Amino acid sequence: MAQVQATKFKNPVVNWIDSRLPIFTMLDHEYNHYPMPRNVNYLWAFGAIAGIMLVIMIATGLFLAMQYSSHTSLAFNSVERIMRDVNYGWLLRYVHANGASMFFIAVYIHMFRGMYYGSYKAPREILWILGVIIFLVMMGTAFMGYVLPWGQMSFWGATVITNLFSAFPIVGDPIVTLLWGGFSVDNPTLNRFFALHFLLPFVLLGLVILHTAALHVCGSNNPLGIEPKGPQDTVPFNPYVTVKDGFAVVIFLIIYAVFVFFMPNYMGHPDNYIPANPLVTPAHIVPEWYFLPFYAMLRAIPDKLGGVLAMFGSIALLAFLPWLDRSKIRSCKFRPIYRQFFWILAIDALILGYAGSQPAEGSWLLIARIGTAYYFFHFLILLPLLGKLERTPPLPTSISESVLKGGGGIAAGAHAKPMEKA
Amino acid sequence: MRALKTAILSAALALGIAGAAQASEGVHIPKQSWPHSGIFGTIDKAAAQRGFQIYKEVCSACHSMHLVPIRTLAGIGFKEDELKALAAGYEVQAGPNDAGEMFMRPGIPADRFPSPFPNDQAARVANNGALPPDLSLMAKARVGGEDYLYAFLTGFGEPPPDVHIMDGMNYNKVFPGHQVGMPNILQPDGVAFADGTKATVEQQAHDVATFLTFVAEPHLDARKQMGVKVILFLLVLAGLMYAAKRKLWSTLH
Repeated sequence: MAQVQATKFKNPVVNWIDSRLPIFTMLDHEYNHYPMPRNVNYLWAFGAIAGIMLVIMIATGLFLAMQYSSHTSLAFNSVERIMRDVNYGWLLRYVHANGASMFFIAVYIHMFRGMYYGSYKAPREILWILGVIIFLVMMGTAFMGYVLPWGQMSFWGATVITNLFSAFPIVGDPIVTLLWGGFSVDNPTLNRFFALHFLLPFVLLGLVILHTAALHVCGSNNPLGIEPKGPQDTVPFNPYVTVKDGFAVVIFLIIYAVFVFFMPNYMGHPDNYIPANPLVTPAHIVPEWYFLPFYAMLRAIPDKLGGVLAMFGSIALLAFLPWLDRSKIRSCKFRPIYRQFFWILAIDALILGYAGSQPAEGSWLLIARIGTAYYFFHFLILLPLLGKLERTPPLPTSISESVLKGGGGIAAGAHAKPMEKA
Repeated sequence: MRALKTAILSAALALGIAGAAQASEGVHIPKQSWPHSGIFGTIDKAAAQRGFQIYKEVCSACHSMHLVPIRTLAGIGFKEDELKALAAGYEVQAGPNDAGEMFMRPGIPADRFPSPFPNDQAARVANNGALPPDLSLMAKARVGGEDYLYAFLTGFGEPPPDVHIMDGMNYNKVFPGHQVGMPNILQPDGVAFADGTKATVEQQAHDVATFLTFVAEPHLDARKQMGVKVILFLLVLAGLMYAAKRKLWSTLH
């Protein structure tokens, strides 16, 4: 790694730095030479999109933090000052608030892509588990961020969610007191949530770097779910996938911009434009849309501890996916039965999301219960059984054979091309 | 069944979401056509100015708008000298002075609109126990936004025979629970518009809703205009990216 290659780069400055700190060699190795299966589709762009969302969130969040006051008597008005008086403050805040939703959209698609194509299977288990941890940290970060404007939904959402921990016997109440910094959601809660909301994105950044490092050890999966057998099956990441991901990122940004500029409050709740009031409970407390499926599971169980365990369990379960799914075949393309159950699970998640947005009563409660039961049935019973019972068609022998029907050219030259510009 | 219901109810209570059980009744709020809706929509400044007149002459007797500086009205066409004259019409508390006393001075455009009551308690006492909400964000703080405001302001009337209205309360079609402390305040020709527009209740409700949309979102016009430019730029960029991608990948096949 630390070999000094005096003439590797044309630019002498780059060369001088690289021979002392080989960051350019590393980038060259990880991007110019990183082999991507040539058959990856646009669903593979959502990893890059999620990474860009994280950067956008950190960048806008930094400037919002410069104007925000994390005191209960100032927080709501300081956000309004950002909206009204700070130069382009409205833009920063709408980019940040809608960015959270877009980040979750990207990550959910990224996760379902991994599930459809079996990207969690050996040797990518640690890569997948790191992803589940990223998802958990993201949820915590997003929840604490939603508390900061100190509107009605901020306050009551924080009250409901922090109270969940009191369901645990013995440790529950001390945990809640620790979260609150007192005996109710109040100023100390807001202060620590702000501190943590500033810290956790950098924890996320570290986890994302680990996630990428783990990815670059075993390489990307692909729609066929078979490993590349040589250069005829792959293209260098840069420029081929860079430009493809770049196109996908721009399309994603267009959808993002539609929300930011033309319907910035569509994914928010009107009650959060009412300052927090501990004496007035909103008629209908709902979390942000990206938590709704889990909120539905929480309310589906007619027991507080049971509901909390179901909610956390539904996420923890994902970490065990590599071992719950016993099938050796990765891609749903070659799993005719599992493919159908995959889509049923996706629909189940959407139904749970809708049920979570409705009052927990009547038929929606029943639907949420069936949906919750099915979710656990899918992971705990269906997946292990299907791995044993499902008959699968033969896999193609190689990516290039399947994609090009008889071999194609190797991505000419790009492999050997050194990085010309720093 | 009863046991199950009790269990659900206690679970809901335990989670602090008991309020969710009493979901707001589904009152249909008809959509109005607003010049500021849509991609190229901008605030109708004449309507917003009339709306401000109604706010000043009617609403502000009870409702504060304490997040909004007077200078914000430049966004609906008030000139600097008009803003100064308007602001000077308000008395604002300042101080303490060198003698350590608070004093009143004429307002300047940088001041926020003064509130009609010194605090919430005073507001309640003067309003039969009800607290008139602040109007700074009203257009964004209700489901339905400006359509709701219009429906609310035009929704007063005689209650249906089966609805009992408590003392001091008023019937409103769209207000949750149909009982509201606020009286039917907009009267035909209750204000005289300088531009000669006929002040029907519908016209006033429309103008107030337009004004409140503006104060809740003073950068609405700038936001949409920037959005059009950003999306046009991104569309061109997407085209270039796609062409580059096609050209590059064509060498592979």
